[in-house]
Amino acid sequence: MTTLLSHARHRVRTAQLGLAGPAAALVLVWLVFQSLNPAFLSADNLVNLTQQSAVLGVLALGVVIVLHVGQLDLSVGALSGLAAAVTAVASVQWGWSQWIAVLAAIAVGVVAGLVYGLIHARLGVPAFVFTLAGLLLLMGLQLRVLGPTGSVNVPFETWLVDLSQRAFLAPAVSWAIVAVVVAAFAGTRWYDRARRVRLDLPVEPLGLLLGRVVLLAGILAGVVAYLGTNRGVGVPFAALVGLVALTDVALRRTRWGRAIRAVGGDADAARKAGVPVRRVLVSAFVLSSTMAALGGVLATGRLAAANQGTGDVDLTLTAIAAAVIGGTSLFGGRGSAWSALLGVLIVQSIATGVLLVGGDFSVRLIVTGLVFAGAIGLDALARRARSG
Amino acid sequence: MSAPVLSLRGIVKSYGAARALDGVDLELRSHEVLAVIGDSGAGKSTLVGVISGNQRPDAGEIAVGGRAVTLASPAVARQHGIASVFQDLALAPNLDVVENLFLGAELTRGSFLDEVSMEKQAWELLGQLSVRVPSVRVPVGALSAAQRQAVAIARALLGEPRVIVLDEPTSALGTRQTAQFLTLLERLRERGHGVVVTSHSLVDMHAVADRIVVLRLGRVNGEFDAALATQEELLAAVTGVGAPRRGEERGGGAR
Ligand SMILES: Nc1ncnc2c1ncn2[C@@H]1O[C@H](COP(=O)(O)OP(=O)(O)OP(=O)(O)O)[C@@H](O)[C@H]1O
Ligand SMILES: [Mg+2]
Repeated sequence: MTTLLSHARHRVRTAQLGLAGPAAALVLVWLVFQSLNPAFLSADNLVNLTQQSAVLGVLALGVVIVLHVGQLDLSVGALSGLAAAVTAVASVQWGWSQWIAVLAAIAVGVVAGLVYGLIHARLGVPAFVFTLAGLLLLMGLQLRVLGPTGSVNVPFETWLVDLSQRAFLAPAVSWAIVAVVVAAFAGTRWYDRARRVRLDLPVEPLGLLLGRVVLLAGILAGVVAYLGTNRGVGVPFAALVGLVALTDVALRRTRWGRAIRAVGGDADAARKAGVPVRRVLVSAFVLSSTMAALGGVLATGRLAAANQGTGDVDLTLTAIAAAVIGGTSLFGGRGSAWSALLGVLIVQSIATGVLLVGGDFSVRLIVTGLVFAGAIGLDALARRARSG
Repeated sequence: MSAPVLSLRGIVKSYGAARALDGVDLELRSHEVLAVIGDSGAGKSTLVGVISGNQRPDAGEIAVGGRAVTLASPAVARQHGIASVFQDLALAPNLDVVENLFLGAELTRGSFLDEVSMEKQAWELLGQLSVRVPSVRVPVGALSAAQRQAVAIARALLGEPRVIVLDEPTSALGTRQTAQFLTLLERLRERGHGVVVTSHSLVDMHAVADRIVVLRLGRVNGEFDAALATQEELLAAVTGVGAPRRGEERGGGAR
């Protein structure tokens, strides 16, 4: 017990907090805004918050994957803008079925990711350099696709808009998902523990396992119950959480995820160990760009329109900020898919909170910038603590 | 005597104008520790790079178990039964011991990593090598230099390779750790591996190796039976002063 405590204290001192840090930051942000305006933690506001988080969350998840291999893609926002333009223009002006338009937009993301991945893997140029070129190119394409009017409205009664704005999980569905997730979590943990006992490997105390299960169940049930007093859990937000969970499993429990983290830690070492480094790099960029495109599709639905402002530069910057604020390292190889969710909740909480207390866009940018700077500082401190 | 598990013929490797390897021949048998010694810049690391698949030779042939092979990458070399411990160890600092041991060769159940089996095998392997680490779940970056090296060696042993290549394994070790390491080399020989090990240190290699090959300016400048060679002979071959079978010295080449 004392060793556990001193271990925890050491990690706090050296800023190696894992997800506990961002989770604490989220609680802090909530407490601050709640004390300034009691409407902040109302179910209505939190439902809005979750609804607004989906687009940015999907983008941030892509950023998290690319950060894992130690790279930075500065064009995720522009790519989402182009994807939004393709979705809207193809379905409204070209008369494509909306499904096809959405698939085309996502295909744009896949292609962009392939190009980025090949450039980086073949030429070894840092991604933040050539994605700047990509940013200009994609912005130009976005304007071209949108045409002279620069804005295309998508009819309200299409499935995409309906899904993005008005679709909420039925309470029974929400609860069923909670039950299945908690059971699956407890089941796999229990099964792993039993195998470890059989093989005489060290195991975590049963109490700790139970504690984790109860914590997870408590969080999920709390969210579903509280949001349920208002409109409930929005489909886009549920999809984001599902996507984050899937990515988390892929990063932690598959050979691909292991390769991603190894390449981010030391690409040359990974290559010498037999990891197909180039393929891994390409996969990271393809996934990230695909998610950026998916974010653009969701944005089209949410705004029921695509225009020149969709996927502005500040969207890219906020997505990167969210990934880092959520605890994924800028130096590669360390982080978690969940940091996309936590980071976006923090960033969006700041956005809605500032609005609620009467601040404007400038205040929002300043506060987000300060929090981002703090996260970068902690990231650098943690890195120093590890290497020395 | 048995056929060599590994043989190199006329290996040449240049970096621009500099010839790092200039026609190197080498044979290795199982149950044998072959030491490659030589001065700084003699070409030891380049030779290890060629054997481990990390560098492609410009010319020359490599045969494993009598069959000609092309070692296009460390992964390919590994498939041919050649495992390497690089001078920089090639460990990912952010991954823990188990993750590094199985990197590139993870065990799976279905589509998912089988952490439990990997951890079990990791403990067994480290136990066999009498390696002590605080936990197999600490990031490798937090370990001492000797522990990191032990992890790298354990990783090389994982697929029961025929040949193990180690580049300057003692350079980062203290006296006691070096002694432990030399015992470990003997254990590898007993297990039947063929071992190639490079070093600056004449004394260490003299103590542990069966055969010693001296590299000088990218050429083999003498080959010795470790039991018969004297320190003076070895030193002479390393420095190129009055060495037996001395290669003609070409200035501009490797230095
Ligand atoms: N990547 C490279 N690019 C250019 N020259 C190189 C490269 N690697 C090695 N060399 C040159 O090739 C020669 C042999 O180098 P190598 O590293 O194989 O020697 P070494 O015997 O391992 O030396 P040390 O004992 O210092 O490790 C040296 O002259 C070196 O400068
Ligand atoms: Mg060397």
